[in-house]
Amino acid sequence: MRAQLFTTCLVNTFFPGTGEATRKLLEYFGVEVLSPAGQTCCGKPPDSAGYTKEVRAAARHFLSVFEGTEPIVIPSGSCASMVKNHYQHLFERHDPMRRLAEETANRTFELTQYLVGELRAHSAGLRGRGKITYHSSCQLSRELGVKEEPLILLKSLEGAEFVELPHADRCCGFGGTFMAKLPEVSMKMADEKAELIEATGADTVTGCDHGCLMNIADALKRRGSRVKVKHIAQVLAEGL
Amino acid sequence: MNDVPKTLNFRKRSAQAVQDGTLRQAMRTATDTFTEKRSQGVASLPIEAWRDQASEIKIGVLDDLHNYVDRFAASATRAGAVVHRAPDAASARDIVYNVLKDHGAKRIVKAKSMVTEEIHLNRHLEERGMKVVETDLGEYIVQIAEESPSHILAPAIHKNRQQIGRLFADKLGVEYSEDPEVLTGIAREVLRQEFLSADAGITGANFAVAGTGSIAMFTNEGNGRMVTTLPKLHIAVLTIEKIVPTLADLMTFIRLLPRSATGQPLSSYLSVITGTRRPGDATGAEALHIVLVDNGRSQIAAGEFRDILKCIRCSACMNVCPVYRTVGGHAYGSTYPGPMGIILTVLLEGMEHAHNLLDATTLCGACADVCPVRVPIPHLLRELRKLRVKEGFTPSLERMAMAGFGMAVQSPRLFGLGDRMVKAAWPVATFLGGKGVLDRLPKPAKNTAGRRKS
Repeated sequence: MRAQLFTTCLVNTFFPGTGEATRKLLEYFGVEVLSPAGQTCCGKPPDSAGYTKEVRAAARHFLSVFEGTEPIVIPSGSCASMVKNHYQHLFERHDPMRRLAEETANRTFELTQYLVGELRAHSAGLRGRGKITYHSSCQLSRELGVKEEPLILLKSLEGAEFVELPHADRCCGFGGTFMAKLPEVSMKMADEKAELIEATGADTVTGCDHGCLMNIADALKRRGSRVKVKHIAQVLAEGL
Repeated sequence: MNDVPKTLNFRKRSAQAVQDGTLRQAMRTATDTFTEKRSQGVASLPIEAWRDQASEIKIGVLDDLHNYVDRFAASATRAGAVVHRAPDAASARDIVYNVLKDHGAKRIVKAKSMVTEEIHLNRHLEERGMKVVETDLGEYIVQIAEESPSHILAPAIHKNRQQIGRLFADKLGVEYSEDPEVLTGIAREVLRQEFLSADAGITGANFAVAGTGSIAMFTNEGNGRMVTTLPKLHIAVLTIEKIVPTLADLMTFIRLLPRSATGQPLSSYLSVITGTRRPGDATGAEALHIVLVDNGRSQIAAGEFRDILKCIRCSACMNVCPVYRTVGGHAYGSTYPGPMGIILTVLLEGMEHAHNLLDATTLCGACADVCPVRVPIPHLLRELRKLRVKEGFTPSLERMAMAGFGMAVQSPRLFGLGDRMVKAAWPVATFLGGKGVLDRLPKPAKNTAGRRKS
């Protein structure tokens, strides 16, 4: 079994550990991980901001780099949703790129979607530790419909306790460029998220998107909180 | 209006708003309560099927809007109403003023209506010597505070009861109280006098029925019913997209609107008014004038953003909006706040005036989950952002950065260079950036093992 791994911009630039953890996890379940050379960005930032020409450039590049038949695994809900839900609408009906975008969408998975749906990782008796809570990011839960998979995985961890986060699916205030354009509002939104996280008594908060996790980590730091912030790939890989 | 800024400054207004702890607390409590009540209100009901149905009815009307407007006008005229058509805000204001003048009306009571906010009706009438009193409690509070509504359903949502107590003591000369019952009692007493002495009542309408010429109003305080029955003259102002084909179609919205708004199975009062008082009727106005306002709707209905005209003003989208609940409605600076408000304001007031509101969303999609008529709000917001870029209303630095991105994203070498530049420039950038965004991001990693070659 082979899969192509897309290491997102945030993972590549700030959190290479998450890339390694994802690879380790997939390999643990017998997947041969391909890392197609030449990968750059999925185009999410210009897409949210409304720069169609630039998104199309990103999509064309991504689609050519990730040609093939293997599943594409992405450790991010928003990047996965970009490829799965938005690429096809960038091209006219008769453009061959449209067909390619649709085919690619069908074999693209967000990490937990792949782990649960294809690899049944939740039945593997993975180990964890501590008290873990989970933030449900917006594109992951609303655009991709991935709501249960991360919870199933976290609840399956032997040795770890899962605590539910109230309003887990309320936006943390990251929103890509939102964070930069309206920092005052973004910070208040993140503060409220951090407050809810601390109130759970968890020692670790996890999620599937480094954008949100970065914003949450910053808010927790402002509060002087000890709660650790980890991508779900790291939480799961620690128990291997 | 000459005191409306050329371009709304959401950044500045929202940054100020989040400093107000009282406001944030009031907004949190109120929007959480609405949202919680809504989820309870729609639980274990075939809500998804109703949403589909409601959406289809609205789309059907939009497909043939002018025909429905004609049908409604004909039915309402048959029922005894005088129907006026106002292509824009100015003509709507003039029509209302002239009807009042013709009837010699000087004292006017009003039920809550967003379209009269949109066309700035009160000021127009007051400037011409008429006395206009809002009779919805929240709207009354906002009126005596000389503010505008910060929520389309709960106009004074941004105030807590202490603030309202001080306001009443200040403006009405009563003893300070923060007991909601006492405060409501005070307002009731003042408003009763207004009802009894009013020459005319002005309302909006939640729906208008083409088949019968009826208008439907959902209210919770009973003031709407008094506004439409006590004075001899009733003027209803509504925008043309409020029309539904039949009374049977209205049923779908009777199920959906209160549940989406407050979680109630039905609002305390539902008034369906068809024409004027007939012989033998116990109540009803003797003269009914209906002002059908277009003010941009025909144009929107013909374009790619028409879905926003399905909106029934339930406010569910703003109640769940993480941005709205953090900044409150006044930060938007527009008549309609929140997700639907951004879209409507850009379309009604123009991109130059409202483009900054397009930043006031994280595109989280919570609004689309609750919209009773399935307005694809995040999709419309994304499309409007595209239009903003096309029309050149984004900062030039952003445009340059995006163009650079567009080139680099196709070239791994260039993109890698960008990545290395971020890393190299980071210490300098964080130093220079000071309290900016960079401070809030982690340090870039030294090596990027994640993208190693397989």
